[in-house]
Amino acid sequence: MCLAIPGLVLSTSGDDLMRTARVDFGGVVKEINLAYTAEAGIGDYVLVHVGFALTVIDAAEAEKVFEHLERIGEIEAELAAGRTP
Amino acid sequence: MKYREEYRDPAAARRFADAIARTVTRPWKIMEVCGGQTHAIVRYGIDQLLPPEVELIHGPGCPVCVTPVEYVDKAIEIARRPGTIFCSFGDMLRVPGTETDLAAAKATGADVRVVYSPLDAVEIARRHPDREVVFFAVGFETTAPANAMAAWRAKRDGIGNFSLLVSHVLVPPAMTAILGGPTNRIQGFLAAGHVCTVMGFEEYFPIAARYRVPIVVTGFEPLDILEGVYLCVSQLEEGRGEVENQYARSVKREGNRPAQEIMRQVFRVVPRRWRGIGEIAESGLGLSDPFRVFDAEERFGRVAAGAEIAGECISGLVLCGEKKPYECPAFGTRCTPEHPLGVTMVSSEGACAAYYRYRGVATAEAAE
Amino acid sequence: MADDFVLACPAPLPGDETIKLAHGGGGRATERLLETIFRPVFADPELDARHDGARLAAGATVAFTTDSYVVRPLIFPGGDIGSLAVNGTVNDLAMCGARPAFISAAFILEEGLDTALLSRIVTSMAAAARAAGVRVVTGDLKVVDHGKADGMFITTAGIGTVVAPHPIGPAAVRSGDVVLLSGDLGRHGIAVMAAREGLGFESEIASDCAPLAEPVLALIEAGIGVHCLRDLTRGGLASALVEIAETAAIAIRIEEAAVSVRNDVAAACEVLGLDPLHVANEGRFVAFVAAEDAERALAILRDHSVSVGAGAIGRVVEDRPGRVTARGLLGATRVVDMLSGEQLPRIC
Repeated sequence: MCLAIPGLVLSTSGDDLMRTARVDFGGVVKEINLAYTAEAGIGDYVLVHVGFALTVIDAAEAEKVFEHLERIGEIEAELAAGRTP
Repeated sequence: MKYREEYRDPAAARRFADAIARTVTRPWKIMEVCGGQTHAIVRYGIDQLLPPEVELIHGPGCPVCVTPVEYVDKAIEIARRPGTIFCSFGDMLRVPGTETDLAAAKATGADVRVVYSPLDAVEIARRHPDREVVFFAVGFETTAPANAMAAWRAKRDGIGNFSLLVSHVLVPPAMTAILGGPTNRIQGFLAAGHVCTVMGFEEYFPIAARYRVPIVVTGFEPLDILEGVYLCVSQLEEGRGEVENQYARSVKREGNRPAQEIMRQVFRVVPRRWRGIGEIAESGLGLSDPFRVFDAEERFGRVAAGAEIAGECISGLVLCGEKKPYECPAFGTRCTPEHPLGVTMVSSEGACAAYYRYRGVATAEAAE
Repeated sequence: MADDFVLACPAPLPGDETIKLAHGGGGRATERLLETIFRPVFADPELDARHDGARLAAGATVAFTTDSYVVRPLIFPGGDIGSLAVNGTVNDLAMCGARPAFISAAFILEEGLDTALLSRIVTSMAAAARAAGVRVVTGDLKVVDHGKADGMFITTAGIGTVVAPHPIGPAAVRSGDVVLLSGDLGRHGIAVMAAREGLGFESEIASDCAPLAEPVLALIEAGIGVHCLRDLTRGGLASALVEIAETAAIAIRIEEAAVSVRNDVAAACEVLGLDPLHVANEGRFVAFVAAEDAERALAILRDHSVSVGAGAIGRVVEDRPGRVTARGLLGATRVVDMLSGEQLPRIC
């Protein structure tokens, strides 16, 4: 259960549990509740489920999937060249 | 679209799939817990990319499917009351109750409205002070913070004509129930990434330790699921049973503390019946005492415990990974998405519905 | 589009601001409504003749279709129930390989409907008819009690003259045929759903509601052997392909990468949990042509503004009859099926 998708925070308004943001999901903009992401600001990507931002997406961690892939790619290259990685 | 497209790159997907194939030396059964993950697996054909040794079992990760039939019946009963507006997420409209569903009730005159956010239901209540507005609060922990906020707002603003019919379910107790089952064959889990965004993953350490199973917190895009499978299979091959976080861009170990705080204020843990599985202790959420006044069951009568669906439906066994949909004698014949017998054919994420739609009946023929 | 058209209707007479049951009675009130709102706008001699039916020169082989329009909301970004009714009827005729010519329009109005709203929709209908080159020549008007008609329902029938030399339909589909799609998917369904469900989107997504006769007639006039045509409506591309595959007892394989979806429509589908293959369209069609005609057919389609985004999306293949499959972005193949029931946003 879990249709949550990332969007870009364009602007914010309000405070605390009433804070909201206009979030761009790639051409479609919707007002989203920021009650649970006080740290979210303009330019951040947030993960949104049923109109609520659940977290700010960590850009550095997001890269790690691809760093992992690169390491796997290196292992493959080693194997292909007949070397034990 | 950032944080989506790049996780669907075909070349990268193949690289993970190859790495999994190289790593695997024997068969493994891995369960992906969340319906959203099942959806991605079936949509992108991820199981077709995996080596045959790796079998993905679709878990009970669909709160829509596991909502007890008596709650759907109660929802329909409330919706049919004159002067009531019944609000729900779209998913619940075609879940069969004992005789009918919310969509049919709507077609015959009940005021049933689909909402995107629970706060939309609160606004409807605010705009119609003369009507009773009830919101069907279903979901896993992912949706609980939003549903909690609806109750919290209604209390703060004194919206007395608003109430919630709560049928929330919690994931870790279900995983424990599956692992503790006598015929359990699941050897590793891809934990529900968005549930963990809210709750963190502390709860999984005791489970992993007790049953010695790898639990990998996994996201929903193809690369997430493939990396999750890769990490899980690697652990299994190495004889490890640890908690790992594949979805670190959205999940922190402690989860979302402010969300958990509001959930703690609005909800309390209760026993919950899971359709097709039965009662699991401490596996659900109900409203806490300060919010009891917003409980639709207080206003419209308690939901009576119903009988389990008997007959040929084996959804309980399918949900726990013990049987495949096509091993059911009714699959594709007496039980189809148009005429579902049980939960796993009801929701599009249900294992039986996914098998039916994406494989047709060919798999059943092949299995015969 | 309707907005370009200059409103030339007189203001409603006092007492006629909303529709009353009397307006459907067939007497003076009905006559006043027809005289002030309907006839001036359609401006057709057959309608002005005020007869029970129209006498028309129809030509040799006739295509004939009927449809009902019950869309909510009545007005949405990119169109309204009126332009939808005209274009839907025109498109059904075009899919028969016919030049659309005449339309009838029967209106069921709900008592209490705002007359200015009715006028706006009728004006839009007339504009759509003019743009599509068809005449609205006969019609009917009834009024029902408040609460019985969602504002208004429109039922149309359409007649066109068949210009295609051979019958167009599923029976003519052959193994190896190429499937062409006239443009990007999903705009109508998202536009209407966003407006109806009050989803609070800020977006530019407008319905793709449009007449499709021009590119179809161009294909036929160029001598392209068009085997089958189907305009996409409710149920989207998936339903159209499955219907054709089941009727013709053939199998179709499409490439998901070849199916075009605009970024913002794709984003809206993601937010709502919808599959673009199932989302409604009102200005798109598929054409099945022999493989050797595909390139030429595409060039012709791309020459018309409504099908400028046309592309080849798949083929008729050897597989289980009735089976439609899609090769996905990751190279895996899945079965494409029709939706059961109405499409709803999901959170799960």
